[in-house]
Amino acid sequence: MSKDVLIAARDLSVHFPLRGLAFGERPVVRACEGINIELEKGSFFGLVGESGSGKTTLGRAMLKAAPISHGEIVYSDSEVTYDLGSLKGAELKEYRKRAQLIFQDPYAALSPRMTVRDIIAEPLEVMGLTSSRDETDARVRAIAAKCRLNLEHLRRFPHAFSGGQRQRISIARALVSDPKFIVADESVAALDVSIQADVLNLLNSIQAESGITFLFISHDLSVIAHTCDFVAVMYLGQIVESAPTRKLFSETAHPYTRALLSAIPSLDPDVRGHAQKLEGEIPSPINPPPGCRFNTRCPHAQERCRSEVPEWREMSSGHHVACHFSEELSAALGS
Amino acid sequence: MTKPLISVKDLTLRFKTDEGLVTAVNNVSFDIAPGEVLGLVGESGSGKSVTAKSLMMLNAENSVYDDNSSITLNVDDQDFDVLSLRRPKDQMIVRGGAISMIFQEPMASFAPAITIGDQMVEQLLIHSDMTAVQAKEVSIEMLTRVGIPVPAQRFGQYAFEFSGGMRQRAMIAMALSTKPRLLIADEPTTALDVTIQAQVIELMKDLVEEFHMSILFITHDLGVIAQTADRVAVMYLGNLVETGTVRQVINSPAHPYTRGLLNSLPKLDDLEAPLTPVPGDIPSPLDRPSGCVFHTRCVESSAIAEKCRTEIPGYTTDSANHQVACHLATQGEQS
Repeated sequence: MSKDVLIAARDLSVHFPLRGLAFGERPVVRACEGINIELEKGSFFGLVGESGSGKTTLGRAMLKAAPISHGEIVYSDSEVTYDLGSLKGAELKEYRKRAQLIFQDPYAALSPRMTVRDIIAEPLEVMGLTSSRDETDARVRAIAAKCRLNLEHLRRFPHAFSGGQRQRISIARALVSDPKFIVADESVAALDVSIQADVLNLLNSIQAESGITFLFISHDLSVIAHTCDFVAVMYLGQIVESAPTRKLFSETAHPYTRALLSAIPSLDPDVRGHAQKLEGEIPSPINPPPGCRFNTRCPHAQERCRSEVPEWREMSSGHHVACHFSEELSAALGS
Repeated sequence: MTKPLISVKDLTLRFKTDEGLVTAVNNVSFDIAPGEVLGLVGESGSGKSVTAKSLMMLNAENSVYDDNSSITLNVDDQDFDVLSLRRPKDQMIVRGGAISMIFQEPMASFAPAITIGDQMVEQLLIHSDMTAVQAKEVSIEMLTRVGIPVPAQRFGQYAFEFSGGMRQRAMIAMALSTKPRLLIADEPTTALDVTIQAQVIELMKDLVEEFHMSILFITHDLGVIAQTADRVAVMYLGNLVETGTVRQVINSPAHPYTRGLLNSLPKLDDLEAPLTPVPGDIPSPLDRPSGCVFHTRCVESSAIAEKCRTEIPGYTTDSANHQVACHLATQGEQS
């Protein structure tokens, strides 16, 4: 099957060595291990998992903002092909124009001492994308209009804006260099639900209009379900399941995904307390459990899970899972 | 009919600031019965936390309560007029005596340089006549009850040694060890992962039953409300716009704002449903709209816009349980 892939990680690992004792092996935080994902051009790819699962590290690695310890990430659009592991110098600068990041906290991400116009214009000036001030202004105004900011807004400082407006400023700043790839790291987590819906709709319309590929990182499966067309579920540095959104929800194959889904509080007051409780908390990535990393919390764990690492395999077209017993569990529990 | 545990009448609270008096809470009335869980919902800036803090007299020095505001606490057939408690000694009944509070960010609520155990013992010594040895026993028992493994060892540790979920459990253990009649939970699960949130909600439900206490549950997450509350109060810009049982409010919301909140939530059972945000942002409390406070963002008021702009809507009186402050609802009642 030939797919038009924009960026792909193959067998990717990101490790952070810690300051160790004087003797013996230095401990290593295994933030990402053996990750395989492909983002098709123009897709809205969701990455979901608990805090500490390595979602942010993976997102940063794809922007070359975290060290690649093993494996590779390949970016390839119609003009250039880059191997991120060895990217540097002028090529790295070029990649920075094509790949951008939208942060989680719009209160911390904007400099309080710059006007909105300067914030949005900064990437253009730093990257030398425009040749005159007039050209910069024209581009800033065009992008601002797209993100529903008016001319009056451009003259103000960030403190004058609400959370939703600030997030729209962050989005405008990410869009201004005309990127092909955007990582949105928990970009709606700090917003109220009514504002969250507004920002999600904006991101969706930008994507539909410009065909930018998004990696959308979130801990909230219901948000992912509504915005993304492909989802990968992460647990303790590994991807445990990935599938087109609809399939992930209708044919859930991994017990962790199942637990995440059932933990979302239902809006119906009459279906209380059916949450499948997941005992305990996510283990430390310095010393992950042997075998399947989820075995310490999995309600269906067996002897094999504690010793043998489950293979990353394709269950059906486009639906990958890493679990020894997916088929048996699906048959027993229903999807 | 049993007397309510706490009864808030016409509570109006203003803050003295450099820009003048800011109205944070406007004419809010509600009761909480013994053993009842009241959910308080609203966007950030709607006055939820300030209302809750009024019950414990925890608002800052610059707060001014209106003369006709009253909060009456009824404990063991004895009435306390909360707002007239002036001396710290008298205020102990609402500060840890009959009312306890758990906060959103457990890391910020524990003293970082005092062990969890010492903090638990300290408040028991203040609020009961236990000896230090008894207080330690009770504290360890409470830690066991909220599901903290190896509680005797955890008792001597500091907040930074606990994980997020563990800290929130310790916070609950501490708040409940004095056996309060009312627990105020201010966004207790917002900072937690969904799987941990499910554990904490389960725990709180068990404890309500065991200790037969009331909870004022503050959150912006309607899903969490649907799973925990008996009754719901919806706040907007300092006003209570709708109150009713959880089924009335969630299944047949009567105020346009409540409907807007529900429509902007991503729903898992219908992925196709579009997300409809409440348009615009919550106005500044310095610049409260005239008439109905919600009219600047209301999408349903066009037919009677003039009335909404000028007249403050009263509460409907059709049913004692389900009250709405909206001209559309009152109009429907008359015709």
